[in-house]
Amino acid sequence: MTTSPSELSDPSDPYDLAVVGAGPAGLAGAVAAAERGLRVVLLEAAAHTGGQYYRHPAPAARAARPEALHHGWPVYADLSRRLAGSGVRHCPGHHVWSVTKDAPDGPWSAHCLTGDDGCDERPVRVRARALLLATGAYERQLPFPGWTLPGVVGAGGAQAMLKSGLVLPGRRIVVAGSGPLLLAVASSLATAGAHVPAVIEAAGYLGYARHPRALVTNPWKAAEALVHGTALLRHRVRMVTRSAVTEVHGTGRVEAVTVARLDRDWRPVQGSGRRIACDVLAVGHGLVPQIELATALGCATRRTADGTAALVLDGLQETSVRGLWAAGETGGAGGVQLALAEGELAGISVAVRVRGKRGEGRRIRELRRRRDRLRAFADAMSAVHAPGPGWQRWLTDDTDVCRCEEVTAARIREAADELGARDVRTVKLLTRAGMGWCQGRMCGTAVACLAARGGTPEPPAERRPFAVPVPLSALTALGEPDDDVPR
Amino acid sequence: MPTGNLSDVIVVGAGVVGAACAYYAAGAGLRVTVVDRGCVAGGTTGAGEGNLLVSDKEPGPELELALCSGRLWAELAGTLPPRIEYEPKGGLVVAPGAAGMSALRDFTARQRTAGVTAEETPAERLRDLEPHLAPGLAGGVHYPQDAQVMPALAAAHLLRAAGGRVRLRLGEEVTGLLAGPDGAMRGVRTRHGEIHAPYVVNAAGTWGGELARLAGVELPVLPRRGFVLVTEPLPRVVRHKVYAADYVADVASGSAALQTSAVVEGTPAGPVLIGASRERVGFDRTLSPRALWRLAAGATALFPVLAAVRAMRAYTGFRPYLPDHLPAIGPDPRVPGLLHACGHEGAGIGLAPATGLIVARCVTGAEPPLDIGPFAPDRFAPSACTAPD
Repeated sequence: MTTSPSELSDPSDPYDLAVVGAGPAGLAGAVAAAERGLRVVLLEAAAHTGGQYYRHPAPAARAARPEALHHGWPVYADLSRRLAGSGVRHCPGHHVWSVTKDAPDGPWSAHCLTGDDGCDERPVRVRARALLLATGAYERQLPFPGWTLPGVVGAGGAQAMLKSGLVLPGRRIVVAGSGPLLLAVASSLATAGAHVPAVIEAAGYLGYARHPRALVTNPWKAAEALVHGTALLRHRVRMVTRSAVTEVHGTGRVEAVTVARLDRDWRPVQGSGRRIACDVLAVGHGLVPQIELATALGCATRRTADGTAALVLDGLQETSVRGLWAAGETGGAGGVQLALAEGELAGISVAVRVRGKRGEGRRIRELRRRRDRLRAFADAMSAVHAPGPGWQRWLTDDTDVCRCEEVTAARIREAADELGARDVRTVKLLTRAGMGWCQGRMCGTAVACLAARGGTPEPPAERRPFAVPVPLSALTALGEPDDDVPR
Repeated sequence: MPTGNLSDVIVVGAGVVGAACAYYAAGAGLRVTVVDRGCVAGGTTGAGEGNLLVSDKEPGPELELALCSGRLWAELAGTLPPRIEYEPKGGLVVAPGAAGMSALRDFTARQRTAGVTAEETPAERLRDLEPHLAPGLAGGVHYPQDAQVMPALAAAHLLRAAGGRVRLRLGEEVTGLLAGPDGAMRGVRTRHGEIHAPYVVNAAGTWGGELARLAGVELPVLPRRGFVLVTEPLPRVVRHKVYAADYVADVASGSAALQTSAVVEGTPAGPVLIGASRERVGFDRTLSPRALWRLAAGATALFPVLAAVRAMRAYTGFRPYLPDHLPAIGPDPRVPGLLHACGHEGAGIGLAPATGLIVARCVTGAEPPLDIGPFAPDRFAPSACTAPD
């Protein structure tokens, strides 16, 4: 069912659970709760379910086999079937821009803009007793000279283009950055027919050897790497570790990249640079949990091993704010298996709280074990791929760090060294870095590193009172929030 | 004693008021150490819109301070780099109805006697000043002395312009004040050690009450929360600082309840800023849908063109508020060597230079630029130290 909640929701009768995000974690959570008798609403910004991982072409594209790019398609097909039969009210095109609570014991209000890209702007308020945030993550970028040239794309973005539109961003694609996503991206691109001259990974994969227990207890992770590795071998893709793209060349668009070897701290080794010709660079440095809806409510966060802020969650996926649960990448990037386990655990946990469900002990124990094991692997992985401080060496003074507001590395260093900025917020005030359309999602990590002046950077706080830009007309339509649901 | 820890004055607080105190004290030849537990402009300064206003003040000590500060800001604009975004753009106060216009007329008549330039603008001329104003307003008053500055950059560049006489100690929280056997100030203690000076200036803004307590004196500074909405960058659709006449009543009110009156202004960087809500809810940063709704409704009532514009973000700040709405400025007779420069409520950016100049003059024994009696830090009898509601 895809009717809008505003037609049916009675302000005196909130939903039992509102799930924000219909990726693996959100789907698993919504289905688990609904199958236990809860009234559930599933709010999703995109036009259909699946999130980033199960992203697939729109029906209009008439893809014959959308599952071709997915290893886990049967799991998604199963969740979709159960979702349809569960009575979950699925609301596509709902962009939640804020979550509030009018009374301490009252229900949550999720404020949404509607339409494919929020442009219908008919504001909707959805009320629910419990809230599950499954808002996923966004890709982390580190700037380098030339990164604003056309032809430089996010690694995750390149894969998303492929999954949703079945198009390749270019013909000769260098994949670079750090993190396990790079292997998956390179293998997808190569399988789809692109020439991938090399995968440039800044970390050394030997780092995984330092976490033997996490590896041994997660054998399927090794199997997954083997699948990608085989694909890369078949397409003769070279894997280059402890190296980075330190510069992009081209007039008007990407023509080549410089790849340099890195030392342990990610400092480029002098004289090691060499050029690789390409027309696209797909680059990414892991994932940043998308948690602004939660931080706005004061949820506690923790610093992950690779320097991002993730939500602190208890044994049953509840945040430090009572009644607010989270699952998947919001608790630290960890992949689809972890997201599925956490989503289901959260859904059951909400059912136990809201409806006093009993007899769930065994399933909860099972899911907790699986989650703890996968979380340990995620933490080990995140430690291996944590950016070393030396990456700042490849910035030139005139490299734009904030591309929305065109703030250079030199301006940010001036704010930190001479004007008394020590954190992301003050750098933003003094330079405008992070004030543009992306609200610091693109430059947050880099600014935090530069502001720390060689010390350990605080992860950007991921505080954005509006998760998406909101037209003033939509704010005006909020009316007195004590009144009925605004239309 | 290491000479690095010895100064003539310690300023606690690196907001715009602390920066102005350091700037004028250094200008008077004093060695200054500025201590802050956070960064430059990390507190209320970083959450301010940068209003330098005379228009919202009735005749009295605060207006005198604002007029003096306005002259000093104009001077500073010639000294500090253009990046502080000083704009003498003027304010425009509009009245929706005839009754409001009549009240506004009386208010401006009194302001004029105190030295404020206020030019009445009839309804049909309002759009010459602001082409996108809503139709049907009763009229307005143009205040050419109102101006704007980018507060965080202003604070940072005041400190930088003060030069080598000012040492910055950021990320150091003051945990105690040092007093000699006679009770006079001797310096401060931070988590990193002691800093010595015969004068300590409390420029801790909304947290000024806590610092005063460390010195054993009471200063009833309370937080008064405000939200500001920031739109996407726009071409110049709002030229002045524009607000409705009821803003003045809200500023002067002591009520804890939410009050909002739309204050709309453009910025050189493009975004339009929409203030100003006022409520006393302690240090709660949670977004208030009701405050956002009122701000948006007020702004679109003044400028209907803004309805289709997107708000990119909102931010919260805590105005340092004293029960009689006047700041505490000058020496504290209860503790020799302790001076206060806090409690400026929502006017701290505007009032900073005059405050800094007063503090510098008091420390050097010179005559302050105006009568500081009304700002006496010990004016609150113990009974007045509790909030009125």
